[in-house]
Amino acid sequence: MTSAAAWRAAIVCAVLAIGGTGGAARAAPDGAAIALHGAGGTPACATCHGAQGQGNPAIGAPRLAGDGATYLRWQLNDFASGHRVNPIMQPIARSLSPAERAAVAAFFAGLPALTPRPAKPGANPLGARLAARGRWALGLPGCTQCHGPGGIGVGASFPHLAGLTAPYIAAQLNAFRQHQRPAGPLGLMGRVAGKLSPADIAAVSAYFAAAGGSADGGSAR
Amino acid sequence: MNDTSRGRARWRAPTPARAGPRARAIAATLALALGCSLPMAAARAADGFQPPPESAMPGGQFGRVVRQGEEIFRHTGRAAPRYVGNALRCSNCHIDGGRLAGAAPLWAAWVAFPAYRGKTRTVNTFAERLQGCFRYSMNGKAPPLGSKVLVALEAYSAWLATNAPTRAHLAGRGYPRLPKPAAAPDDARGAAVFRQHCALCHGADGAGQQAGGRVVFPPLWGPHSFNWGAGMGSVATAAAFVKANMPLGAGGSLTDQQAWDVAQFVDSQERPQDPRFTGSVQETRAKYHDSPYSMYGRSVNGHVLGSPPGH
Repeated sequence: MTSAAAWRAAIVCAVLAIGGTGGAARAAPDGAAIALHGAGGTPACATCHGAQGQGNPAIGAPRLAGDGATYLRWQLNDFASGHRVNPIMQPIARSLSPAERAAVAAFFAGLPALTPRPAKPGANPLGARLAARGRWALGLPGCTQCHGPGGIGVGASFPHLAGLTAPYIAAQLNAFRQHQRPAGPLGLMGRVAGKLSPADIAAVSAYFAAAGGSADGGSAR
Repeated sequence: MNDTSRGRARWRAPTPARAGPRARAIAATLALALGCSLPMAAARAADGFQPPPESAMPGGQFGRVVRQGEEIFRHTGRAAPRYVGNALRCSNCHIDGGRLAGAAPLWAAWVAFPAYRGKTRTVNTFAERLQGCFRYSMNGKAPPLGSKVLVALEAYSAWLATNAPTRAHLAGRGYPRLPKPAAAPDDARGAAVFRQHCALCHGADGAGQQAGGRVVFPPLWGPHSFNWGAGMGSVATAAAFVKANMPLGAGGSLTDQQAWDVAQFVDSQERPQDPRFTGSVQETRAKYHDSPYSMYGRSVNGHVLGSPPGH
C-alpha cells in the first residue's frame, strides 16, 4: 500500500468510527462478522488490521491474529474506558458492547499466530540482550521471559512482540511510561517500561521488529 | 579482560564532562530505577560481590566450558536432557543465570563448599551439591562426578565467583531469610494470593505455560515440577524465594505474610515422589521431612501429601 493510500484507509477507519452508534443490546454477538464486516456503525476491524488479523504496518495497525483472547479483550475495554489512549480505537471500542468486544477478541485469538524467525543478535546486541536476559541489576526481566521464545506471545495474557513495527513497540513502551496505557496485569509492564532508557526502547523495538516471522499458522495457539 | 571491578564501580553515574551517549543512557536508566517503586533489586545489586560481566567471559578451552555451563544452567532440559526429569531449568530459581544476589547466586554457593549439610549429614563438595539439584529440583538423575555436565557447571560457577573470597558467607547468598509470619502460614489464604498474583503466569492449576514448544513459565507442582526432596519443598525456602523474587520483575511486592501463605499453598500440592522414599510416607517423613516447614506426609483437604491419589 502506498503511504497516501494508507492514510486514506486510516482516515476512513476514523471517520467510520466516529459515525458509529452505540453497540448495546445486540444479542449473541458474532465476533467474525464484526471483525470482517463491522456492526451497525462500527467499521470492520479488518479495514485496518486485515482479514487475517495480520495488521498493516504502513498505517500502524498491529497484528492481532493469535494473541490471547484475554489480552485483546483487555485492550478493547481499555480503549473504551480511555485508559489506553488512542483516538482511532477509542470510538470503535466504545461502539461495541462488552460482549461484542469479547467476541471480537475471541475471533482474532483464534486466527493463526506468527511463527517467529529469531533476529540475528549480532546486529543489535543491546536489543538482543534486553530481550533474552533483561538487566537484573535493575530488577528488569528479559522480554522473552514473559512474551515467549522470540517474542511469539504466551497464553491468554502475554501478547506477541515479534514482527510488530519498531515505531509501534516504542510507542507502547512510551505509553506505559507516560501512563497513556494501563500498566498491565500486576502492573508488570509499568515496572518494566520505567526501567528502560530511550536507547533501550529503541534497541528492543528494533530487535522485535526484526524478529518478524512467517504467518504459516504453524504455531496457532 | 579481567573486569572484576564490582558493580558499585560499574554502576556509578559517570561525571557529565566525560559521559558519552551510552554512559548517559546508563545513568538515565539508573536514575529511573532509583526513582521507581522497586529500588530493592537495584540496592541489593549495588552492594557486595558482583560477578564479572558477560563481556569478560574468558576465551580458550576454559571459556568454552564456562559457556557450556551457562547453557546448561539456562536451558537445562535441552542441554542436559539425560539428567532432567521435569520441565524446570536451573535459572528458574537461580535468577539471571545464577548471577542475582538474593536468588541463590552460584558465586556465593561456589565459595561456600565443601560444607557440612544437614540434608546429607555429611560434608559435600560443590559438585555433590549440584548432583542434589538434579536428583530433587530437576526430578532427574545425578550426573556422575567428573562428567561433562557437572564440570561445565562447576566451571561456570567458579568463573562467576572470580575474585570472591573463599569460605566466606557472601551477602546475597541463598534467599533473604524471611521473618516468621504474624499468623501461621495458611494454604487457604495462600490460594487467594496465588490466584491474584501468580496464576497469570503459572496458571490456575500451577502447571506453568509453554509457547513455541518451550516452557516459559515453570510448573510449580504436579508431575513436571520439582519433587518432594527439593529444597523448594520447604515452606520457609519457598516463602523467602517468593518474597524476594516473585512475581518476576516485581520482587518485594508481596507482604511477608502473603509470601508465607502462598508458599504454604504451593508446597501443599502434590508433586513427584521423594527419590529417598522408603516405601512408607510416614517413615519417609520421619527420616527426611521432620520439619514444620515440610508438608510431606501431612494431610491437606483429605489427602496425605506424598501418597498416591485417594490416600
